[in-house]
Amino acid sequence: MNAPFESTSADVIVVGGGPAGVAAAMELRRRGIARVLLLDREPELGGATRHCAHSPFGMREFSRVYLGAAYGRRLAAEATRAGVELRTGYSVVRLESGGRLEVASPAGVGTLSARRILIATGARETPRSARLIPGDRPLGIVTTGTLQSYVAFHGLMPFRRPLIVGSELVSQSALFTCLTHGARPVAMIEPGPHALARAPFAWFPRLMGVPFHVGADITDIRGAARVEEVTIRLADGSPRTLACDGVLLTGRFTPESALFRQSTLGVDPGSAGPAIDQDGRSQDPLVFAGGNLLRAVETGGWAFREGRAVGRALAEDLARGSEANAPTPVDFETPIKLVVPSLLRAGANAAPAFPDFQLRMARAASGRLSLEIDGREVWARAGTWWPERRILVPIPPGATRAGSVRFRFREGQ
Amino acid sequence: MLHTPSPPFAGQYDLAVIGAGVVGCAVARRFALAGAKVVVIEKGADILSGASKANSAILHTGFDAPPGSLELELVKAGRAEYLAIRESLGLPLVETGALVCAWNAAEADKLDAIAAQGRANGIEELRLLSGAEARATMPGLAERLVAAIEVAGEHIIDPWTAPLAYLTQAVALGAHLLRDAELIEGRFDGDWTLTTSTGTLRAAAVVNAAGLYGDVVDARLGFEPDFEIRPRKGQFVVLDKAAFAHLPRIVLPVPTEITKGVVVCPTAFGNVLIGPTAEEQEDRTRATVETGALEALLARGAEIVPALAGIPVTAVYAGLRPATESKAYRVIARADRRAITLGGIRSTGLSAALGLAGHALRLHEGFGLPATAPATPPTLCLPNLTETRERDWQRPDHGEIVCHCELVTRREIEATFDSPVPPGDFGGLRRRTRAGMGRCQGFYCNARLAEMTKGRLKEPLAVGEREE
Repeated sequence: MNAPFESTSADVIVVGGGPAGVAAAMELRRRGIARVLLLDREPELGGATRHCAHSPFGMREFSRVYLGAAYGRRLAAEATRAGVELRTGYSVVRLESGGRLEVASPAGVGTLSARRILIATGARETPRSARLIPGDRPLGIVTTGTLQSYVAFHGLMPFRRPLIVGSELVSQSALFTCLTHGARPVAMIEPGPHALARAPFAWFPRLMGVPFHVGADITDIRGAARVEEVTIRLADGSPRTLACDGVLLTGRFTPESALFRQSTLGVDPGSAGPAIDQDGRSQDPLVFAGGNLLRAVETGGWAFREGRAVGRALAEDLARGSEANAPTPVDFETPIKLVVPSLLRAGANAAPAFPDFQLRMARAASGRLSLEIDGREVWARAGTWWPERRILVPIPPGATRAGSVRFRFREGQ
Repeated sequence: MLHTPSPPFAGQYDLAVIGAGVVGCAVARRFALAGAKVVVIEKGADILSGASKANSAILHTGFDAPPGSLELELVKAGRAEYLAIRESLGLPLVETGALVCAWNAAEADKLDAIAAQGRANGIEELRLLSGAEARATMPGLAERLVAAIEVAGEHIIDPWTAPLAYLTQAVALGAHLLRDAELIEGRFDGDWTLTTSTGTLRAAAVVNAAGLYGDVVDARLGFEPDFEIRPRKGQFVVLDKAAFAHLPRIVLPVPTEITKGVVVCPTAFGNVLIGPTAEEQEDRTRATVETGALEALLARGAEIVPALAGIPVTAVYAGLRPATESKAYRVIARADRRAITLGGIRSTGLSAALGLAGHALRLHEGFGLPATAPATPPTLCLPNLTETRERDWQRPDHGEIVCHCELVTRREIEATFDSPVPPGDFGGLRRRTRAGMGRCQGFYCNARLAEMTKGRLKEPLAVGEREE
């Protein structure tokens, strides 16, 4: 085994070359951090934007609209101009303590170390297996990311007549990819009672003449080599069998948090991403995280701004010295699904990277949402909340020194 | 390149093996080593495409096999041979040991009898443990554990590379593998004429290792079937590698009359497996997963090892075991027709395969055919896919990592297509390389694999080019 880079050390190693990682790396350089190393396992920067040929990227950060691949090239050019050292084709296989990473590259394996590590490995869609979808397991069952990789990188199609599952914003993008590249979806189904995307996006399938069923689930997939037909159960309980040659599973993003999950740091059960404090710092004060890894999933632009904010906080942390105070966990009640940040640490930066708590609900719920700091209610709002929609609650001044932080929810108030 | 059937062989084969499951692959190897000219007739596009693709990957000791049974003898013989040859083939063995766990008083009452049977079966490395003692060896077990038997010799292996190695050795000795070749009819006129969906061939003897179709193949060979396959479905859940740290040992339940029960077990690839279910069914082709059964397996796993709750699912699968109306192996030798049936080989088939192959050779010796000259085992070393040894990504110049979850390299994928038994379908590629087997199930690599495997698999991943 050779170790082609055993002695390499940097001020900061950023893992993940999507919008969040690149923005963080550039911000670190802008704030005078000398040696910033950006690793990505893919051959090009851009992360998930690389295969998104249709979403507009770059409006806020670069004041113009890019398609995915071009956006990735712009990120690489900007990062290089900022003096970030780029290494593509580098896979981090283990996150160790003490600011060390075990890394694989085409040249071999080795250990990289840095004063701080920032992980921004993004998110991916939940596959068929983890959704426990019943039936046979033939070819043709893929996610949006996979479909868009087929189209964007290889000029191929995995199916011609898929059933689309999901109704998030990405589901509409998936439908568009199908329609523009020679696939005619047989239907689109959403297991929940409502479309998850907001209007007018939610109207898109019917406008395109694709039947759209809410409250519908897959009950069987049949097919020997490829998908041949899928049986769904409609909201009224009646079954319907659709002849098709694929199933396109869209959305249900989950953080790509394996590095944390397999380290001693673990992940937050609500978000499935790493637990971080208001500056993006994890339980290990040398390890930071930002972007869609924290809580799948926001837009590329959101991830970019979040990465930049964590980059700024990390630069201040380097200037001031490691912040190792024991964090206070943020508690929450169902049906709240996640809160980011889920830790608060005293004595950190004056202006935190995260000015707001980000909350999401596990299901649609009406009621009164409130925040208690040391048992005292400091914020409350009544309303109706939808799943997968962001709720922002300002982190109150002084909350970082609290002994207890808790979000409550009272249904129907 | 799309795999093509081996070049036609003008002469007569010494042996035709019907079915390229784990038993068929082991039989092909054993007879090739004995000097026989072997042909393997496989209905699927690839080997291991029936019952053998889905199992628990345990190398059993036989401690719980029926005393005095052929199954016990062959499990022990198969295990012994696996241990003897595995180093030379580069096959892994993860020495986990197993705990047979009793979760209530009624189950605990059965442990003495299980231990006594194990010892009667010749397995000495058994220890009766209190719940606390068992938990000391594996702290992740739920506190309500009452008692357990430790079976030190139960280990885990790579269930797909091992049979591939057997067949690869046979092919290196000149054996032919015919794929997409379903046996239609066999006629015996002093020798066998076997009609398959891709042609006719002649062989002096046949071994029926057709697994789920063992009874059908016996009938097509002109025999009155002595048994009837009654498929028993087993569903499995594979958990993320984060689960592995909680499961250093195989956790077996106290078995019932029907089944060995749900096992929670580490895999050689660094995951954790929960399964199988045991569901009788008529259909021999459909091995569906069902949401409710998978949820029940997840709940069962978390009952046994609470830390497994909340660890994400990596994969789910289901297989059919070729059960029959009786528990025993259905091994039948018909000397007058030079035919051997290896039927009804259920859960223990992976462990017993090499034993079954040796047994078949001994039965064949009674057929009075002229002896052949034994061959020297060809040396070969199958690529390691397990986390307990060095993987290809750890060596330089592997090209690139194509599958990030399982760290599969371009060099590994290219090498498998250049190997003596290249993959015939995507399942075969996955089993040979682990590409697409990880937590994202192809989110990142499936499109790249579609491109890399263009024209090389019977059923391509892509249906065609995109249109604008």
